[in-house]
Amino acid sequence: MAKYLLLKHYRGAPAAVNDVPMDQWSPEEISAHVQYMNDFAARLETTGEFVDGQALAPGGAWVRYDGEGRPPVTDGPFAETKDLIAGWMIIDVDSYERAVELAGELSAAPGAGGKPIHEWLEVRPFLSAPPTITE
Amino acid sequence: MDEVLLRSLTPGVLAVLVRRGADFAAAEDAVQDALVEAVRVWPAGPPRDPKGWLVTVAWRRFLDATRADAARRRREVGVEEEPAPGPAAAADDTLQLYFLCAHPSLSPSSAVALTLRAVGGLTTRQIARAYLVPEATMAQRISRAKRTVSGVRFDRPGNVATVLRVLYLVFNEGYSGDVDLSAEAIRLTRQLAAAIDHPEVAGLLALMLIHHARRAGRTAPDGGLVPLAEQDRGRWDTASIAEGIAILQAALARDRLGEFQAQAAIAALHADAPTAEETDWVQIVEWYDELARLTDSPVVRLNRAVAVGEADGPRAGLAALAALDDSLPRYTAVAAYLHERDGDLATAAGLYAEAARKASDLAERDHLTRQAARLNAHHRSR
Repeated sequence: MAKYLLLKHYRGAPAAVNDVPMDQWSPEEISAHVQYMNDFAARLETTGEFVDGQALAPGGAWVRYDGEGRPPVTDGPFAETKDLIAGWMIIDVDSYERAVELAGELSAAPGAGGKPIHEWLEVRPFLSAPPTITE
Repeated sequence: MDEVLLRSLTPGVLAVLVRRGADFAAAEDAVQDALVEAVRVWPAGPPRDPKGWLVTVAWRRFLDATRADAARRRREVGVEEEPAPGPAAAADDTLQLYFLCAHPSLSPSSAVALTLRAVGGLTTRQIARAYLVPEATMAQRISRAKRTVSGVRFDRPGNVATVLRVLYLVFNEGYSGDVDLSAEAIRLTRQLAAAIDHPEVAGLLALMLIHHARRAGRTAPDGGLVPLAEQDRGRWDTASIAEGIAILQAALARDRLGEFQAQAAIAALHADAPTAEETDWVQIVEWYDELARLTDSPVVRLNRAVAVGEADGPRAGLAALAALDDSLPRYTAVAAYLHERDGDLATAAGLYAEAARKASDLAERDHLTRQAARLNAHHRSR
């Protein structure tokens, strides 16, 4: 088993096919979208492939050390220029192929008009600790 | 080591002790101890006067044993003679623990963790899970808090207001994991109310009971937020509401108003209305005026603007809102609501979407996004 991080982006990713901002959807479409993601996570829990999922707020800042005795430097919450992560799901699956299959399924969550959004998701493998070898 | 010499000296040493007034059994024990000591130290440094050495050591042993025995007897007699601790004393101890755990030198999160640990009796693991942090992190937080208050002595009564603030923080964390912090906060506040006679403690307990009673109606089956006006009032716990209101009325009758009693009064007016339309908004605005006088909090004035909007119409609400700082949390959501009530749906939809982006929890964000979507859909269909 290997862990993969599925990342949703606020911006920075290529545009989704069904690219309509969420506040232009109907309330029922929003509920259906949220329900789809919850069902997806619940199903992965039953298969033992779910690890964690969290949503992130849109604001974020880059922060850097700026030398002894000085406050850290930040670029401020200027979200317009940034690639921002909207949330993640961590899965623990048998193969890369399975991770891609699940990410594809999550990307098919319904959006405006009840049609899949086809949004781009990022799939990142976790670097794992080296195996313990005892001889 | 000359054992023959030791054996020959023993009776003489024993006799000296008995002559000096030691009872025989005690004297013999003391001499035996002295002999053991002699076997241990003589090989390294034999005494010039072996009998004198044994008498000195045995007599000291006898005195030590007698003193320890006398002290033990005094303690035993003391336990018999002192009155048993009564229930009042035990309650006072708990009270000091509340004050200690809410000590001003602690950060709010440390005070909360220490209160749950020391007063609530929760395990570190339970507290960690309730706050979604690793157990090791919470263990560190708690031991740091314990170190911070380790030297604190209570020679003056603690500050009840600080304790109440800590308990209210616990309550507002709500439910997560295997511990229901709201229920825990109610339990601790009940215990505090039993130990101390203070109208604000009663006010906080009433407030918690009434809020908690409405919890089942606040969330939809899918976890979404249900606003007060749309809640199924049949799902509210009427027994809890009745208890809260009775506690509040008894507290208000004592005429020492404080912020928790005023907040509880507002919650009681909401809980008392059979439908949202029958809410007594005029009285609620009056309580907000009291609350603003007591706390001077901008959050209170923001809530007051909503109540004014209901009592005197959305224009009056917007006027009250205009006097406030627009960077307040939920300011945008309140502005959206009042604009919608005023019929300006396009402005309201934009503000709801903006408020959704600023929301700090998922249920609230989804709720605000749905509000924006509802108005946008309405807008498109016209």
